[in-house]
Amino acid sequence: MSKAKTITEADVRHVAKLSRLHVSDDEVHHFTEQLAAVLGYIGKLNELDVDGVEPMAHPLELTNVLRPDTERPGMATDSALANAPAKSPPFFKVPKVLGDGPSA
Amino acid sequence: MNPTDATLIELRDAIAEKKVSAVEITRTYLDRIEKHNGALNVYHEVYADRALDRAGQVDLGEVTGALAGVPIAIKDLLCTDYGHTTCSSKMLANFQAPYTATAVRKLEDAGAVILGKTNMDEFAMGSSTENSACGTTLNPWDTSRVPGGSSGGSAAAMAAGLCAASIGTDTGGSIRQPAALCGVVGMKPTYGRISRYGLVAFASSLDQVGPFTRTVADTALLLKIMMGQDALDSTSASVPVPEDVDRVDETPKGFRIGIAKQYMSDANDPAVAAATQQAIQVYKDHGATIVEVDLPHTEYGIPVYYIVATAEASSNLARYDGVHYGHRTDKPGDLIDLYCRSRAEGFGDEVKRRIMLGTYALSSGYYDAYYNRALKVRRLISNDFDTAFESCDAILCPTTTGPAFKIGEMSDDPLSMYLNDVYTVNCNLAGNVGITLPAGTTKVDGRDLPIGVQLLGPAFDEARLLRIARVFEAATDHHRARPPV
Repeated sequence: MSKAKTITEADVRHVAKLSRLHVSDDEVHHFTEQLAAVLGYIGKLNELDVDGVEPMAHPLELTNVLRPDTERPGMATDSALANAPAKSPPFFKVPKVLGDGPSA
Repeated sequence: MNPTDATLIELRDAIAEKKVSAVEITRTYLDRIEKHNGALNVYHEVYADRALDRAGQVDLGEVTGALAGVPIAIKDLLCTDYGHTTCSSKMLANFQAPYTATAVRKLEDAGAVILGKTNMDEFAMGSSTENSACGTTLNPWDTSRVPGGSSGGSAAAMAAGLCAASIGTDTGGSIRQPAALCGVVGMKPTYGRISRYGLVAFASSLDQVGPFTRTVADTALLLKIMMGQDALDSTSASVPVPEDVDRVDETPKGFRIGIAKQYMSDANDPAVAAATQQAIQVYKDHGATIVEVDLPHTEYGIPVYYIVATAEASSNLARYDGVHYGHRTDKPGDLIDLYCRSRAEGFGDEVKRRIMLGTYALSSGYYDAYYNRALKVRRLISNDFDTAFESCDAILCPTTTGPAFKIGEMSDDPLSMYLNDVYTVNCNLAGNVGITLPAGTTKVDGRDLPIGVQLLGPAFDEARLLRIARVFEAATDHHRARPPV
């Protein structure tokens, strides 16, 4: 496998967007340098032949863990809203999502 | 007995035998916290009134149990339904959890008195406690140095006698590295041994709760109480907890200690190398057979970890959206802008770097090159341990390459900081057990700095590893060394 390519400022902007992180131009520059150094080190993984190796996502060999399908109390609405930075009980409040269309 | 220098078991017994009241013990600790917390920056929040109430209930016999009246500190990413749970992040500065973590609940059910929440690297991402929105915790041995991290507050609290035991979490070494740098016992149990319910998630396939204590016996007692399957955490292990896990004085017959050349690197500080050699000699003198083992993929641990942990973190931290809880920007445009600004304002730089690195590793076109490849190498690392544990009961190695480093020395050099975890991460990747023990001090710039040695054991073998650890502790006085606080 070829050497992993270095991350560019355009990549960092793209990844910041995917990550829902607002970044300034200075931050993009700084993070690109730092992430390039880290990814350069991570490129070490290309030294190994991993053909046929089973990926290990988790230390325990777990299959689906099921619990009995019985009724139990959920979290109360006021408790779920208690930490909300903006609310209009029983709802969380967010900026307008839909445009001004004709009313339904 | 000096209560802030006693072991947890000594305190527990003195309270049970009514030689001292639980209120008196709690008050002594609260006074000591009052005196030293300003300088060391260990606790975010101290629950003085609640702690004294609980201690009073112990004295009245209303609260009983194996930990009745002993004061314990917890890392500020374990939820409690009292006080705040901040993860040392501006994002959660005002967060009040609606429920209590299972690990904490079990301690309280056993009668423990929770003193407060300790400082840490933001969301447990770091190795120095410098990545905290609440400022750095100082190492009680030398206040110009870091206590390690991410559970630096819990380690420093233990070392400075500001609690009788403390609780941290270990995702890549976040208990063992600070324990070594602060000169206390620190243990990461097997992945899945202690419920993660109520533990704010960083990397879900790696995170594990564990204790900091003065002695191996104290660690064993806390494990016995906290371990076990939990219906509220589907990844908690169903393997039964052995009843005798706390019988640490029962030395295993004819045990074998493995030494791996990959951990005996030239990069080790001479004092670390000497402490490790001394530990090998102690084990030879106490009936162990020393065997050589090979862990050929050791050096790939850090690259694997920084893909796996960041990938999981990027997903786990997506929940901080400025809507349900946590920081919200003052001036959102549309909904996407609300997310982007709230997260940019709420997270510190290291958290942002890791979210972006993880997102990158999982993104279209890079998944196979980074994430999937890392998972395959993780398997190779885990296989190395399985093979090694066929010929030994525990692997003895340094916990860190050197003693505590200076505050600021690596704070804007993420790669150097990441390399701090070189001897601890592989244990997390494999899901095995690891414990660090105080192994002496080294003089640097006129100050004594602690050094740790580490024992790594196979998954679910806590009982044997603790007994092997106890052999070293019983043969040495290193665990009695105290910082100048």
